[in-house]
Order: sequence, then C-alpha cells, then structure tokens
Amino acid sequence: MTEAHRIHGIAAALNIPNLDTDQIMPKQFLRGIDKSGLAKGLLWDLRYDAAGDRRPGFILNQPAYADTRILIGGPNFGCGSSREHAVWGLQQFGIRAVIAPSFGEIFYSNAMNNGLLLAMVSEPDGQRLMNEAASGVGPLHLDIDIVGLTVKSPSIHAPFSLSARYRQMFLENLDVIGATLKMQDDIVAFAQGYWANRPWVRDIASMTRRRLDTLWAQTPKV
Amino acid sequence: MTGITLYRKLLASHTVAVLDEQNILLFCDLHIMNEYTSPQAFTGLHQRSRNVLMPGQNVATVSHIIPTHPIAHRVIQDPASALQAGNLKRNCDRHGIAIFDTNDPLQGIEHVIAPEHGMIRPGMVVMCGDSHTTTYGALGALGFGIGTSEVEHVLATQTLVYRLARDMRIHVDGILPAGTTAKDLILMIISRIGAQGARGFVVEFTGAAIRALTVEARFTLCNMAVEAGARGALIAPDSATVDYVLERAADIQGAARDQAIQYWKTLHSDADAVFDCEHRFDAGEVAPQVTWGTSPDQAVAITEAVPVADGPEKLGMERAQAYTGLCAGMPMEGLPVQHVFIGSCTNARIEDLRAAASVVKGRHVAPTVRAMVVPGSGAVKAQAEAEGVAQAFIDAGFEWRQPGCSMCLAMNDDVLADGQRCASTTNRNFEGRQGRGAITHLMSPQMAAAAALAGCITDVRRFLKGQND
Repeated sequence: MTEAHRIHGIAAALNIPNLDTDQIMPKQFLRGIDKSGLAKGLLWDLRYDAAGDRRPGFILNQPAYADTRILIGGPNFGCGSSREHAVWGLQQFGIRAVIAPSFGEIFYSNAMNNGLLLAMVSEPDGQRLMNEAASGVGPLHLDIDIVGLTVKSPSIHAPFSLSARYRQMFLENLDVIGATLKMQDDIVAFAQGYWANRPWVRDIASMTRRRLDTLWAQTPKV
Repeated sequence: MTGITLYRKLLASHTVAVLDEQNILLFCDLHIMNEYTSPQAFTGLHQRSRNVLMPGQNVATVSHIIPTHPIAHRVIQDPASALQAGNLKRNCDRHGIAIFDTNDPLQGIEHVIAPEHGMIRPGMVVMCGDSHTTTYGALGALGFGIGTSEVEHVLATQTLVYRLARDMRIHVDGILPAGTTAKDLILMIISRIGAQGARGFVVEFTGAAIRALTVEARFTLCNMAVEAGARGALIAPDSATVDYVLERAADIQGAARDQAIQYWKTLHSDADAVFDCEHRFDAGEVAPQVTWGTSPDQAVAITEAVPVADGPEKLGMERAQAYTGLCAGMPMEGLPVQHVFIGSCTNARIEDLRAAASVVKGRHVAPTVRAMVVPGSGAVKAQAEAEGVAQAFIDAGFEWRQPGCSMCLAMNDDVLADGQRCASTTNRNFEGRQGRGAITHLMSPQMAAAAALAGCITDVRRFLKGQND
C-alpha cells in the first residue's frame, strides 16, 4: 500500500445526526465566484459563537485536534442543500476523509468529484468508532486503506464500501469531463435521434426565451 | 417479464451509454443554473478551454442572492452578491445561454419560473445545481439536484455520469381533509419515513389522493421529497398535467402536439412493475402539520405536543429541542412567533398565495408579528396583484415583496435575528437556516397565514370554521 492509497491521522467525532450542508458551510460564505476562502466558514456556528469568538469546547477548536484529517460523523452526513462549497470547505480545512453510516446523496457525488473520501461504515461500526474517539485520553488516530477498504483504529477494524468507479476516481484522479468528452460524437448522435422523436424539447431554453421576449415586445407598456 | 417503472422508462429514454453496473451517461434535456452554484463551473470550463456543448438546453436565473425589497428597480447592494449576479450574466452572454436576470420582469425562483413558462414537459430529464430540482417530478419529468462539478460536466457535455437509484412507491389513498394541503401531506410522510427514509431512491407518488392534487400542489409534494433524502420524485402525467403543460408551451402545435400527448400517455409505471420499497398512507389521516425541530422529519400535527426524545433518533431530538427552546410535552398550538414568511420554491405559486390570502382577507396581522410574502416569480407577483391577492395581504399588514428565494435560506438580506421564531412555508428548518439562532417552524401557507393573524402557531381550521359561520 502506497501513501496515495491510505489516509491516516487524527480523527474528530461529530456526533450529530443529519449534519446538513447549511451547517457545514453557512450561506454567508457562498457569495464568492471562486472556491477560495472556505476553510474559514466550515462549521461556522459550531466553531464560533454569536459574537464571533471561538468556542473553546468545540472539538475542532481544541489544540490537540489542530491537525484533524478525518471526521467521524452521524447518519445522513451532508444532507440538504447541493452546495459543493461544503466539500471544498472541508478539504480546505484539511479534512481528507469523512466516516459515517450514511451520507446525503448530492454531497456524496460532490465529495467523490473532489477526491474527498467518504467511507460508509455500518451503523454499529460507526458507533464503535464514535465511542472509541470519545473514550480516549487524546485524539483517536485512524488509518484508512483505500485499496483494502478498511478503517483501522487501535481496537477496531471496520470495512467500508466504495463503488469501483469511485475508488478509481479517487485513486487515479480521473478527469470525468475529459472522459465523457471522448464520447461527444455519441452524445450528439444520441441527441439528434432523441429530438427526431421529441422535437418539443430541442433548444427548449433558448426557444422559450425567444418566445417570451417576443410576447414582451408585443405587450403594451404603461 | 415484469413491467418497468416510470423512473426506469425515463432513464431508458435518456441513456447515451451504460458505463458500468451502477452508472450510466444520462442525457439532460434542460439544465437550469443559478448565480451561486454555477460560477466555479464556468471557471473550470474556461480554464480548460472547453465549450458549452448545447447552449439551447441551458437556462439561468438570479434567484438566491437577490434582494426582495418592494422597490421596482432592484440594485444588489452587497458587493460580493452583485459580482455573482454580474458574473452569471457575463457567463450566459459569452455562451449564448438564456437568462432571467435581476431586473427581468419574469425573474423568479428557478423551480417556479421553469414550469410556469412551459420549460418543463413530461418525460424530460432536468438538472440544476439546487437540491429542490425534484420539484419537476410533478409533471412526470425526472428532476434532481447536482453539485458544481456536475454543473460543469453538464455544461461541457449535456450529460451526467449518473449513479442509478432504486425505485420506491409512496401510495396515498383517501381525501385530504379541509384545512390540509400537499404541504401537510409531505410533512407527514417525511415525519413517518424519516429524513433519510427515501435516501438512494427515486420516489413515485401514486394513489387517489395524489390524482386529486392540482399540478401546483404536486410541485409542493415533489419539491420536498428531497427532505426525505430522495434522489428524485415522480408523478405520472395525467390530463391535469397535459392541460397545465400545453397551456404554457405555446410552441407545441399541430402534429407535434398529438405526438407529444401520445408519448406522455405512455409515461407511467407498468401495472406489474416492481418497486424496491413501498409505503402506503391515508390522506384522510392528515392534519395540519408543523415542525418542532431542526430537521424536516421532526413534524407533528398542530393538535399534538413536542414529542419526548426517545428511540433511535433520541440524540438528534434532544439537540433539536435544545436549539428550538422547546421541551417534550409543550403544545405546538399557542407558541408565539415573531415572524411569518410566505414564499420559497415549495409554496410561492399563485395557488399558495390565494390560499393564504383567503385566510387573511378582512383580518389583520398581530402587532407582535412581522409578516412577509415573497412571490415565487415576477409572473406570480403580477397575477396576484391583478387578482387582488396582493391587496388582501397588504390590507392585512403583510409586506408584499419582490420575487426570490429570500428567507428560505437567507442568502440575501432577508435574515432573521438570533432567537426569532418564524412560521415559514419553506422546506428546511435546519439550525441557522433563516439566520443564526433563528428558529423555523415549517407549515402550509394557510397555517402560516393563520399564525400571522394569531401571533402564534395555531390551527388554521379554526379560521376556516369562522369563515363559514
């Protein structure tokens, strides 16, 4: 196993079910036109109080967790809004993997498209990892093997699932768009055949816009 | 051979290639963009000198960051947000993509303007960088939310590498009682199956109660399916669907019209289709719903109390009760609210506004409440003004504002203060969703209207009774 095939380091447990992407990356950090500056906004309301002061009790604010690379989350981690900013923020903060029993579906796709590893473990294994993280004197160190698909702690050896495609995307840093563009001729041919039978969807956006503009031009203005 | 589901039929008609057992290359008929989840996708495209493959199948609107003050010409004061809006316009102009810009009289929320102008038709596959794209299932179109990387993929290829979902059917018999709506039905369903009860599934809604819903009510239902984790929601098209679409799709004429209607009639699950999971509900059991917690599945009937935190969801329930400042056993009815918000892609269409207006007509908002109505689009706003619906709100003391997403996610300047409690017709009651420390109680437009009048969460059925006396 090479270094590219494993993620290891400090794991912080966030024992919050349904931790939605609004909480992971609140609205006030979504106003950019690039991906920068999102580490600041990560889990903002949990990390900072209403006055903007750090909450010393929150796990990611504790000095021992400064180098956290892995999060252990509850069920349905990343549910809600489609904002990919949540994934970018986690990565910019230094998080390389999230372990949870289940993930929001759009968040899952977003993570895989950015090389953030989401390790889906069983509910009991998730709970055991959560308990182990809570019971230790210091931070829990985890070792995630992306080839063998296991999460290892000092006392737990938990398998996780990852589809073949996503494992490949993760390991080979696949240019998904580039791969699809190689099929561009097939796509165009498909569309031609599809539109021949369903002409009412061809150029549906531009055609509708033109129709509305024509209507508007004919409407008497006050 | 067993029959196939509507979902599988839609996939089959849009599959460009099968990539592996779990993934297909799925063609996208319409890709809708907004100002905040698309900029990085365009940048990615430009960095690699890639083009938009089929600009005519793409449309954009400024909806999330737009201010909703009742001022005719809208100026976005926040510099970052103004940059986002300007950036969207530049990107669309550069690639020849249709846009509904900030001061377009037809501007509005993505999921309101696309169907109202006939851009959503049965059998289509629709994608948008917004989770509530499931809305379009109401017209028998497969809609789903995507992330920004996927927005870039769709721009470049008009397709998506699509992970197959499983089939779920939610069958609803019976008749919705007076005072209840599709919002109450979907809140009840989510509370029963849970916030991840439909995770990994595309849900098809069937049954007499679904057939009886108007098309706009079906939008509400499908819109919130994502709050149960669904990858999509579908309702097979019927005559109501066909009428709704043809009324708005003026371009479908002559032979194409007959061809379209014939095709749409085939868009239903076969009688012997097998679903991976099925649920059944009785609409007759639905009472007006209200959420008490910080997840959309934490809802009860208005006559009920905040539940005891127990069972597998205990941890989340305790956390939610701490955030919302509610204890087990407290009745929902009578809980004071400082704010009422009527709007969002869930409940800001003309029927929603009419229903809420019928409750407030001739009455007045409680002095302790700030109440606002944000119509879903410029067209909805104009119609409500023409019909007197807007005046009913204004006379009752509501603010009548410009269209946008507004306080549903509070990305513009419509933000609640810490500790404020809001009766809201939106779709998410997440912690901090409407403002840091603000508390959201999801409900129907009628229920929100009643809360505005009473100054507290109340049972709209009392007001309906009053109307009949």
